[in-house]
Formats: sequence, structure tokens, C-alpha cells
Amino acid sequence: MWDWIKIAILGLIALFAALAANWARDLAYQVHALIVMAVAAGMFIWTIRTAGEPKPAETGYSDGVIRAGVIATTFWGIAGFLVGVFIAFQLAFPVLNFEWAEGYANFGRLRPLHTSAVIFAFGGNALLCTSFYVVQRTSAARLWGGNTAWFVFWGYQLFIVLAATGYLLGATQSKEYAEPEWYVDLWLTVVWLAYLAVFLGTIIKRKEPHIYVANWFYLAFIVTVAMLHVVNNLSIPVSIFGAKSVQVFAGVQDAMTQWWYGHNAVGFFLTAGFLGMMYYFVPKQAGRPVYSYKLSIIHFWALIFLYIWAGPHHLHYTALPDWASTLGMVFSVILWMPSWGGMINGLMTLQGAWDKIRTDPIIRMFVISLGFYGMSTFEGPMMSIRAVNSLSHYTDWTIGHVHSGALGWNGMITFACLYFLTPRLWNRERLYSLSAVNWHFWLATIGIVLYAASMWVTGIMEGLMWREVDANGFLVNSFADTVAAKFPMYVLRGLGGVLYLTGALIMAWNLWMTVRGQKAVQPSATGAATPAE
Amino acid sequence: MDLYSLLREIADSWGLLALFLFFIGAIAFAWRPGSRPLHDDAAAVPFRHDDAPADDPSDTEART
Repeated sequence: MWDWIKIAILGLIALFAALAANWARDLAYQVHALIVMAVAAGMFIWTIRTAGEPKPAETGYSDGVIRAGVIATTFWGIAGFLVGVFIAFQLAFPVLNFEWAEGYANFGRLRPLHTSAVIFAFGGNALLCTSFYVVQRTSAARLWGGNTAWFVFWGYQLFIVLAATGYLLGATQSKEYAEPEWYVDLWLTVVWLAYLAVFLGTIIKRKEPHIYVANWFYLAFIVTVAMLHVVNNLSIPVSIFGAKSVQVFAGVQDAMTQWWYGHNAVGFFLTAGFLGMMYYFVPKQAGRPVYSYKLSIIHFWALIFLYIWAGPHHLHYTALPDWASTLGMVFSVILWMPSWGGMINGLMTLQGAWDKIRTDPIIRMFVISLGFYGMSTFEGPMMSIRAVNSLSHYTDWTIGHVHSGALGWNGMITFACLYFLTPRLWNRERLYSLSAVNWHFWLATIGIVLYAASMWVTGIMEGLMWREVDANGFLVNSFADTVAAKFPMYVLRGLGGVLYLTGALIMAWNLWMTVRGQKAVQPSATGAATPAE
Repeated sequence: MDLYSLLREIADSWGLLALFLFFIGAIAFAWRPGSRPLHDDAAAVPFRHDDAPADDPSDTEART
């Protein structure tokens, strides 16, 4: 019965998408309508061909969707890093903004493609697949909702494709990290609520009495991102057949809503969610429970209570009231403590197993990701102080800060999780090559160091050049002077990106060979697959 | 009093107090006496049920 309802719905979607493509008012909307039509029509045919077939009984853990997530994470990671390297060189060599691709592949169009690809496609898929892995193992229960997890996975990929093509074709609502237009936002809301249902459903039917702390972090991430996404994207479309929409908030309220969203996207997407990974995979790889479970509870409550107020530090010296800007600054500085509490909890989990840093390159990746987490959560509070911010804001220092967090913390912990998951999900005895993991580790680390160091230098330099005045109070440097002075650092930054990308390519090869180059082992009934050592 | 001022008043008086008390309560609850065995048990959750759910016949890792 459900199959026939599905066929009817898919047919209607394909029909309406075809009508929408015909009546579209702009190119981006038209292309999106055609994509939706093609997807719905393809699923329509597939559902008809498989309708009425007996469904196999569902036993064990639902790992197929996690395998797909591992592949998607690797793929989007490399795509996002590649675009990042390209736009880094576009800044150094403007000639790379090709004449023939003007309006589609210039820096302004590619930059949101890069940020969304690495944050939402790479990071988002990493969060999806690790959360599905962790919630099943720590709840001792199969994913709730059967194929809903597959809907979440493919629905999220469709969101990524719509967002990415929209940026290239010029559909953007100009909110940083929330660029997709209204219909893409609505689609993401549907997918996200399904994600929440799957995750929460699995927790509710758990067989363990306690909800393990990693799930608290994942749940906080899912719930908060849902709230942030809906409030920040309140907008009214100009036409139901066009991409353009108008924001409900205006002026400083809109700016504050945007950075309440923007900072909590960092706080709950890139921090709380990834801390969920940390609290499961670091103890697993180290083979010992987390250093202090009490500290993890305090870490959780302190982090979510403080992060939500830190957004106004993005709007120092603007039309935002002073009290709000001070509030943001104070909470950002206090936030330093729970962040370091969490880092210490992760690092001290290795207590009694410190030799693993020497022998196990995956543990080394976890450790360096925690190190970068600690560094960027010290740098962030410092930069949120109004006096420091007056120097750092609008400069490349901010970009350096973001990348030491994103490449160092989010990237490294994701790589370590992918190395952990691949042999287990495909029943392989071990990773194909540990020395390749080592190469990846060093290439990525040196890449980040080049990136962060060059951005510190160029950021502080341009900040100082902008504020330099002569004896008569006139500005000494023009904007173009600072751009010219930054050239060597821009080249260095691009090279750092090349190293990081090379490391990720080695990882993709290593994971591919782990699955394709080795025979499957019988999963043993008593224990986990052998840790990769 | 307009809505902005009213919300602002609530936020930095009763709202602040309520959130702060909840926060202190959460920490006190984590530190309550006698919670250690429960926390030790919870910290060991990742090391159980690696291969199959608890109600699965192939699951041999009974809770200890």
C-alpha cells in the first residue's frame, strides 16, 4: 500500500516540478526544478519496478546508510578542499577568475561553494554517518524508522546539490553560511526533522539504561541547528516560481539573527556535533573509557549554556547596542573554560596509554585534532575581546582562525573517524596502509601550519596598515597597498591548502584499497574487528 | 512599557536567574554523592554491543 502512495506522490512531484521549470522566473530556479523533476521521475520508475517485492527482514545494525555516509564524506571533502585551493589561488592570482567563466566561477560565486561544501557537505555527512553509528552502538538498538535514515541521507545530498548549483547560478540570500534560497531551506527543514526523528527514535527504543554522553552532544546539535535554521531563514518568496526571497527581519535585527545563527552554527554544528564524535571514537580507539564522565556532563551543560550567547561578538562597533556586544564578548571569554575542559577530558582519556601516540597514527590524528580544538578555542575568545577585534576584524586573521579550527579540529577528527570506521563497516581486517595514514597526518599538519601562520602574518599586517595614520591624521595606506603586501602570504596559504588536499587524496586511496584490495573477514561473534595497529 | 523593554527586563532578571539556577542544578546533580557507579557504568557503554543490538540473537555481549 505504502508503495502505491509513494508512486502517486513521486508522480505528482515530478509533474509539478515540470510545471515549475516551465514557469520559472530565473535560471537557478529552472535548473533546480529540472533537477527535482529528474530525481522524482527516476524514483518514480524505480518504485514502480520494485513495488510489491517482499522486503527482507531487518536485523542487526543498520550500517548500509553509514557506509554511504563514509563514501559521501570522503567525496565531498575532496571536492570542498579542491574548490578551497582554487579560490585561494584566485586571491593570489586574480587572472584565475577566467573571462569566459565570469559570473559563474569567479571568487564571489565559488567562495560560498567552498564553505558550504566543507562545512555542510563534508562536515554534515561526517556528522550524519558517525551519529548513526554511535547512536546504534551506544543504544544497543537498530536505527528507528527503517528506510527513513536513507531518506535523510539522500535528502541531504539533494540539499547539497541544490545549494551548490544555486550558488554558481546566483541564487543566494546573502547570509553567510545560510546562503541557500527559500525552497532549499524548506527542503532542508523536512530532511532535518526526519533526521531528528530517526535519532530520537533510536534513543527512545534503546536497550542501555543510560543515554551515553556522545548522544547528548549529537542531540543538542540536531535540535539547535533545527531552531537556528528555521529562525534565520524566515523569509517571504517574491514569487513561488522564482528563487528570490525577502527577509522578514531587517537592519540590525537581521544582522543579529544572522550572527546568532552563524556563531551557533560553529558552536553546535562544528563543535557540539564533533564533540559527540570525540566522546565515542577517542575512547574506542584508545581502548579505555573517557577520563571523567562527570566532567563530560559538566562540559555539555556549560558548553550549550554559554555558546548560544556568543554571537554578538561578530558585530562589534556596529549599530548593535553596546550591552549586546558586551554580552557576546563576556560569554565568549567564559566559553574558553568548558572548551578546554572538554579538550582535557579527551586528551586525558589517553592516560596510561600515552605510548599509543607513538604507535597508532589514528590516535595521533585524534590528539592533534584536540590540540587544534584547544588552540582555536583560546584564539576565539581572545579575538572576541572588543579591543583585539578592532584590529582583527575584517582581516585575514579571522580566516586563519576559522581554518585552524576547521582544518585542524573538524578535518582531523573526521579523518580519524573515517580510518576507524572503514575497516569495521566493510569487515576488513585492517586498514590497507598505516604508513599512508602517517603521510596524511604530516601533510595535513604541515598544511595547516602554513595556512594558519601565513594568515596570522597577513591579518595582523593588514590590520596595522589599515589603522596607520600620519602626523596630520591622514591614513597612510590605500586598500590596494595592503592587497599588494599580502601577495607572498596568499601564495603560501595556497600551498598549505595543496598539502592538505594531497593528504586527503592519500586518505581516499587508502580507504579505497582497504575495501577493494583486501578480502572480507568473517565478523567474529565475540569482539569488534581488530583495531588497526 | 514597549515589548522590547519588557523582554529586556525579564531577560536580565528572572530569565537570568532561572537559567543560572538550572545550570547550577545540572552541575550539582552530576556531582551528587553516590553517582560514581552509575557514571562508571555509563562510561563503559561504548565497549558493549559493538556488532549487534541487544535484542539480536547473534549478540553475545550480555550486560555485566
